[in-house]
Amino acid sequence: MKPGSPAAALHPVHEAEDPHLAKQKFLDDAAEHVRDTGHRAFVRKALGGYYTNRDTQQARYRDWEQARDAASLAKWSAVNRLDELLPKFVAAFEANGGQVHWARNADEARTIILELLRGAKAKAIIKSKCMTSEEIHLNAALEDDGYGVVESDLGEFIQQLRGEPPYHFVFPCMHVRRDEISDLFGRHLGTPPTDSPEELTMIARRHMRRLYVDADVGITGANFLVAETGQISITENEGNARLTAALPRMHIAISGIEKVVANLDDLAVLLPMLATAGAGQPMTCYNTLYAGPRQPGECDGPEEMHVVLLDNARTAILADPEQRDSLHCIRCGACLNVCPIFKNVGGFTYGTTYQGPIGSVITPHLRGLADWNHLSGASSLCGACTDACPVRIDIHHHLLHNRRNAAKTAPNRLERLGHKLFAAVASRPWLFATGGAVFRKTLWLLKKLRLPLLGDWLATRDLPAAPAASFRSQWRARK
Amino acid sequence: MSPPASTSARDTILARIREALRVPAPPPHMASQAAGATAASGPGSLTVLPLEMARPWLPDGGETPAEQLALLTDNLAKLRAEVHRAADLTGAAEIVAGIARDRGWRRVAWHGHPAVEPVVAALDCETLRVDDNAFDKNALESCDAGITACDAAIAQTGSILVSSGTCGGRALSILPHVHIVLVSLDQIVATLSDALELVRTGYAGRMPSMVSFITGPSRTGDIERILVLGAHGPKELLVILVG
Repeated sequence: MKPGSPAAALHPVHEAEDPHLAKQKFLDDAAEHVRDTGHRAFVRKALGGYYTNRDTQQARYRDWEQARDAASLAKWSAVNRLDELLPKFVAAFEANGGQVHWARNADEARTIILELLRGAKAKAIIKSKCMTSEEIHLNAALEDDGYGVVESDLGEFIQQLRGEPPYHFVFPCMHVRRDEISDLFGRHLGTPPTDSPEELTMIARRHMRRLYVDADVGITGANFLVAETGQISITENEGNARLTAALPRMHIAISGIEKVVANLDDLAVLLPMLATAGAGQPMTCYNTLYAGPRQPGECDGPEEMHVVLLDNARTAILADPEQRDSLHCIRCGACLNVCPIFKNVGGFTYGTTYQGPIGSVITPHLRGLADWNHLSGASSLCGACTDACPVRIDIHHHLLHNRRNAAKTAPNRLERLGHKLFAAVASRPWLFATGGAVFRKTLWLLKKLRLPLLGDWLATRDLPAAPAASFRSQWRARK
Repeated sequence: MSPPASTSARDTILARIREALRVPAPPPHMASQAAGATAASGPGSLTVLPLEMARPWLPDGGETPAEQLALLTDNLAKLRAEVHRAADLTGAAEIVAGIARDRGWRRVAWHGHPAVEPVVAALDCETLRVDDNAFDKNALESCDAGITACDAAIAQTGSILVSSGTCGGRALSILPHVHIVLVSLDQIVATLSDALELVRTGYAGRMPSMVSFITGPSRTGDIERILVLGAHGPKELLVILVG
């Protein structure tokens, strides 16, 4: 198979139709992806430049580790004062002429946005990259209501044309080869084939410029909500969010409630660290603060600006003090880029909006631990994610916390029985010795018998050769 | 949207937040003991603020104006911005007029500003002013370049600070293919936090609707993680350092 072969051939799980099938789909897709060595090599190569650039930029910090302390403290102090800072942000934003809408869940958020679009008599909508909108499946809702919506971020545009969700929440189409993009543009835009990433980028640039000018409504996300000044902060490289918030007459920004920071000073720490951890840059190309709609005396900008604040189970995470720090996440994607599981199973296997280690931590909270606990096992527990996190989220321990919580709420009877049996044997020396003797003789049989639980585990592993004598007898012999 | 629904959503969410925060969360695991000691006092009463902690550990911004200028120039070059030096605005006007002639620019957009006006006056080509009347978006889209002033330039990161209030609105610095920005040497600040302090104090009570830190020309790595300049914003950023 060619490197980075079409994802269609890999049956990407975008979302399991039946949530109870999520685990089986994960296992099937993972098994398929890990065998596609071309795909794995392609993803690793794409990430190669990231490691070099990240290391170069981290070295410019006088102390990256201590800077991480400050970044984690900024987010910790904000998340733990959400009751105070969120209303403060809202009051300041409204004072600047912006309008705030609250949504308890995805359904409410979609309804709010559809009503805003109806009120604005919107015909053409341009969007810049926004994972929160992926979380609430906004595009599908807009299209169902007859609205045309175009993703302007290059990677998101490619994914929209492919009919796929983002593969990686920061690098949406990192799995797609340039010749596939060339074919895709040829099919949809009628452009001649090219193998130049630059020429492909220019095709998208030329295509999109008309759409920014003609759009009535621009939809963006928000990276930070600044409580002190009532501004939203948007980080991007391409300039598509700047254009989306400049030319249409209405700007709608969707944000999770956890994006609040106390003040502008926090951005002096978080903006460079987001860029360095996420993409190996000193600063992302455009970091823009929006205070509201066009102000008197300004020559352009939208007449209305709306911020939709989304809960969608974030308050459930907030209510768990042990995992509350997963709300510190600034969505930089560093944990995906270093994760051995992500690099081998790929982004689609997760079947989640947020892939990789942080996605494995928060998805069970967003969609239910019973159906999504299998993601807690999508980890080697190596801790690379925790080391990479610029805001020091204890990611790999939270995977263990989710496993523990799942075992408490819905114990695996078979596993329990196994543990009980072992306890019964291990606490009786005569039984342990006899059992050991039998086990040494029959160890080879384990591989042959497709036992429940053990069978899956042994399918990809070799058993060690059984020793001739027990440890205790060897110990006695040495004496 | 009917207000009661949203009000009740707000009340529900705020009630959930208050309920959730009744149980405190421990401070994050930190490398430095000082940070732990700071956090132990609780999120509402931090004795040392995150920025104060981080300032010595973030990338250097330079101490003296000469160091800051050198750092800014170096960072802009690394970001693939084009840097020009001019002794005064007359010199800047000559540089920009020369570039416009060499490249055969047909129309250049600008905004009313004491630093921009003399530069535009020296151009041979057609010009489009964006801030006297409502401008035509299509006309701006077809401009070869946009010329703006700035509010600050940041040595630490090579960023240029522009705002919708002082630099010709939102579109001028992002829609034309080339962005020419005039930076007076006394506008150079050491760090991002210095520039954010300017935003806080300089605009207090009359915050522009947009404040943007521009760090190099528009770029993308979305295709095979290969860097391409000029994704949607300007392909080129020309910084004219004046003074």
